[in-house]
Amino acid sequence: MSDSETFPLHRREVVQALLQNRHGMLVVGGLGSSAWDITAAGDDPLNFPLWGAMGGAAAIGLGMALAQPGRRVLVLTGDGEMLMGIGTLATIALQKPKNLAVVVLDNERYGETGMQKTHTAFGVDLPGIAKAAGFDVSGSVGTQGELDAALPIIRQADGPVFYDIKVRAEELDFVLPTNDGVALKMRFRKALLGEA
Amino acid sequence: MTEWTGGVFDALKAVDIRQVAYVPDMGLKQLIERCIADDAIRAVSLTTEEEGLALLGGAWMAGDRGALLMQSSGIGNCINMFSLTRSCEFPLLMLVTMRGQHKEFNPWQKPMGENAANLLETVGVTVETATDHDGVGRAVADAAQDVFTNNARRAVLVHQSLMAHKTFGR
Repeated sequence: MSDSETFPLHRREVVQALLQNRHGMLVVGGLGSSAWDITAAGDDPLNFPLWGAMGGAAAIGLGMALAQPGRRVLVLTGDGEMLMGIGTLATIALQKPKNLAVVVLDNERYGETGMQKTHTAFGVDLPGIAKAAGFDVSGSVGTQGELDAALPIIRQADGPVFYDIKVRAEELDFVLPTNDGVALKMRFRKALLGEA
Repeated sequence: MTEWTGGVFDALKAVDIRQVAYVPDMGLKQLIERCIADDAIRAVSLTTEEEGLALLGGAWMAGDRGALLMQSSGIGNCINMFSLTRSCEFPLLMLVTMRGQHKEFNPWQKPMGENAANLLETVGVTVETATDHDGVGRAVADAAQDVFTNNARRAVLVHQSLMAHKTFGR
């Protein structure tokens, strides 16, 4: 059994790398640490950080990707959040959106509730599930070299793309976006569509 | 052919619905088939109903109007995801075919069927039940107009008497 407290990659640095020069990419941050991570990387009107709706991040990204086929959509979420909505991987696989990437920041823990182990700590293979569901591209990352190789795939490859990035289980400062859901919606729609 | 399918489909098209998310029901069979066949609609088959609330939230964020179709047994699956719909005040148009009401043969359908309207109202969705064939399309058209003009959350419940009843051959 692995010990995620010693994994080499740090989630904030991974997210910083994924979001730099984002070129209008639409970004969903799943409930918990992932929402704080996308905010720490630089708040942006095209970020949609979730304060609830656990299990919904990937489906929100799918709705965006189908509505905006010319835009890259990136869902960044945690292993616990992904597991709660695991069926959505099958739903995405049916729709085959080329512009959607789902990335799990997998620290093998429920980070917001006391660092309890999730199913991935016991070997549940999320990229294997995505591949079996029918994702054209599915991979895992555990080192800086693997991350460097995966970055252009996550950002540009025809999808749907799924990546599981093993990140260290660590307590980090909260970098909180507004928790006003209406404000998050309005600023996103204004930046993307020109109307709230 | 379910008699009210055409009226509902026309009501969805009239407000330019682009994403139709569904978990199937026998009463929705023809409507789902019409949506799948329509080039301007993306019909999204869900694994569970709450996915639909999340999907349609994302769709609205990115410029698409949507509708969610399900059987009454799916309401319970949705409950926590309504926190997304409500917190962000996303517009929501739902069509729910009812079980547990009329010549129901399966007692396991009754807990959700009998409480569907109450559960929806509890989470802030305005409910209207259609009890005649012509009324379904009219109710969906009215709800759709309200949802997208006034940013409302509306569900139309289709009474079980408007669907062929299931008997398990008995």
